Amino acid sequence: MTPTPLSAMDRRTAIKWMLTAAATVSILERESFSAETPAPVAKGYGTDPDLLRDYKPGDVWPLTFTDAQRRAAAALCDVIIPEDSKSPSASALHVHEFIDEWISAPYPDQQKDRPIVIEGLAWLDAEAQKRFGANFSDLVRRQQTQICDDICHVPKAKPEFKTAAHFFKKFRDLTAGGFYTTPEGMKDIGYVGNVPLDKFEGPPPEVLKKLGLA
Amino acid sequence: MPLITASKTQPEYDVIVIGSGAAGGQTAYTLTMGGAKVLMLEAGRNYDPVKETPMFQTNAVAPLRGQGTPEKPFGFHDATIDGGWQVPGEPYTNASDDPDRQFTWWRARMLGGRTNHWGRISLRNGAYDFKPYSRDGLGFDWPIGYEDVAPYYDKVEMLVGVYGENNGLENTPHSPEGCLLPPPKARAGEVYAQKQAKKLGIPVIPIHRAVLSTRQDADNLPQRIHPGNPKAQRVLAQAMRERAACFWATSCGRGCAIKANYQSTTVHLPPALATGNLDILPNAMTREVTVDDNGKATGVIYIDKTTREEHRVRARAVVLAASSAESVRILLNSKSPRFPNGLANSSGLVGKYIMDTVGADFGGQVPALENLPLHNEDGAGGGHVYVPWWLYKDAANLGFARGYHIEFETGRHMPGMGSARNLDWLTGGSYGRQFKEDARRYYGSFVGFSGRGEMIPNEDSFCEIDPTVKDKWGIPVLRFNWKWSQHEVGQAAHMVKTAGELIEAMGGRLQVKPPTDGAKVIHQGGNIIHEVGGTIMGADPKKSVTNQWCQTWDVKNLFVNDGGPFCSNADKNPTLTIMALAWRASDHLLDELKKGNL
Repeated sequence: MTPTPLSAMDRRTAIKWMLTAAATVSILERESFSAETPAPVAKGYGTDPDLLRDYKPGDVWPLTFTDAQRRAAAALCDVIIPEDSKSPSASALHVHEFIDEWISAPYPDQQKDRPIVIEGLAWLDAEAQKRFGANFSDLVRRQQTQICDDICHVPKAKPEFKTAAHFFKKFRDLTAGGFYTTPEGMKDIGYVGNVPLDKFEGPPPEVLKKLGLA
Repeated sequence: MPLITASKTQPEYDVIVIGSGAAGGQTAYTLTMGGAKVLMLEAGRNYDPVKETPMFQTNAVAPLRGQGTPEKPFGFHDATIDGGWQVPGEPYTNASDDPDRQFTWWRARMLGGRTNHWGRISLRNGAYDFKPYSRDGLGFDWPIGYEDVAPYYDKVEMLVGVYGENNGLENTPHSPEGCLLPPPKARAGEVYAQKQAKKLGIPVIPIHRAVLSTRQDADNLPQRIHPGNPKAQRVLAQAMRERAACFWATSCGRGCAIKANYQSTTVHLPPALATGNLDILPNAMTREVTVDDNGKATGVIYIDKTTREEHRVRARAVVLAASSAESVRILLNSKSPRFPNGLANSSGLVGKYIMDTVGADFGGQVPALENLPLHNEDGAGGGHVYVPWWLYKDAANLGFARGYHIEFETGRHMPGMGSARNLDWLTGGSYGRQFKEDARRYYGSFVGFSGRGEMIPNEDSFCEIDPTVKDKWGIPVLRFNWKWSQHEVGQAAHMVKTAGELIEAMGGRLQVKPPTDGAKVIHQGGNIIHEVGGTIMGADPKKSVTNQWCQTWDVKNLFVNDGGPFCSNADKNPTLTIMALAWRASDHLLDELKKGNL
């Protein structure tokens, strides 16, 4: 009984596709700086949670960012997804709180991401101090992008920035996931579903025309 | 749903049905419509999709934006309750430490079982699929042919509501007039794939799924389904009128509060209860089937999970519909002096020849699908089209036996954690305003193709009772043994090669080339959740566990109506066939009861 491919996507398809992508990460390159970030002790939502209620970060397990981490996370969220004419910035939609929820979760995938994020944020502040004498969140955008330009793409990052680049990739994926799932983010990316329809008409004529199928 | 508790069971029933999913639901439906008094035992809790389904909830209101976790592996809003790859307190084991030799077992401890979240793909086996040994000398022929099952496919399609189309392709059977509902139109990426796939000679046709694309014809279908049974017609007509047509929103995997898709809890159980002939007892974990001195089944022993007390219930016949592996477990745990190796196991084949579906997936990005004008592609959930196996004529040249179909993943789905993930291979690592532009551009431009193929039963894939491990109810657990053969591995390699060719035909880009080694891409055994076999049917009591009626050779009033009797596992997803065979077996059971043969 295969589930609907929509959910299957996250479970099987994506796993297998990304498996091959993940294999391109050299074993010599480290994704996190150290293994010294302790795992949070918390319970998950169990196997029979209430599916009808609305949850916010912190509702099921406690959040664990320190103030410094929260400030750095919010600042980096906004460097990755700033405000533009179509939608607000990521931190305006509390995406950094979602990332806190994520790295504080008691599940294996999230616990694997926890040290990458926690230590990455610490590196970011240390790098900001080194280059500009202030924490990342206190830099102006030009200074922030100067750091991010060095770590925004793993294949192009210099050896001394490889680990930070893996952190940035992870953080960008989390920021994007947190952002584009919000009502504002869904609108921005162009999702117009989740509304009841009398009929499913298929692609409209202008779509078929663009695809050369009209 | 109005259910009973352990203290309210009747002294004796005509039939006890163990399990409430596709097989248990269909069995209870057929038996109660036929007038039998039935007790259904379900190991999980009561579940009401009308009240409990999260319709329209977005990922923003779910913990972790809905991402799957070990407690909710298919995502937070998935219908599965108290289930998944692991069920707390109810373990299973594998004989080998090697992941390639392990079976992963999905269970759902809830009323309706796995039907609440399944993909609803409903394909008929074709004539070839019942006689695979005769075609290539591998595996087993079924003791029945397509013509024996076809009338039951007709009835199941009419009852549960299946959309699809007759396309005239080889070993892809037609449904008679009035069985199928109209399929939804293909999405943009699907129409585009259909056109480009023609260049490769690959057919792309509407898929069949158990979703009401229109409301059912409650005025006429009940007479066709239950000729000569006015009460059944009346009950079914009422049940059909309580189902709405799909409103093209909310993923089917969450279940459906408007009863537009098939799940046992919305389609089989309400009319079965309305007959007044069905008692359903949830939280009842069956331990064993009891027998008398003559070797006939007398009932079952179960544990009431709410009190941990053991109870016995009696019936004239027992039907196992607990899922193929769970039914094997019950049989092997039903030991007695007369049946020291477990019940119905004189052949020694209970637990043997378990099968899953071969699965391998591959995806890419298609520039033609970038920046399309905004439109709603939710549709019916799941792909609206698929590729049926198209290389029957090339069987000798492929290097593997049998075939597979391809399921599609395209479109502008409700955003989740994956929707703008891992874009850097396309964007060169953009962030900031450029990233927002890129996310808009690439959203909806990804395509994925999932090959789903036929596994051939083999001697190395079986389950047995673990000699030491018991679950929290004190019941010995299953231990799995698993091995893919060269046929499955070869098929998996062919799946991803074909997927790569399809993507390239669409002008698409691949992040990496499809691996040529099938062992690198084949899903682990059990992963596709098409677990069948273990109590295979046959014409010879020495070489099979049940006869063609899913009736065990050794105990004539004991039936296995789930996927257990499958002696092959065609690429067609098994649920529709499970329901058709359960209906056929239940008709036979009713006849035999009436004749006093049980």
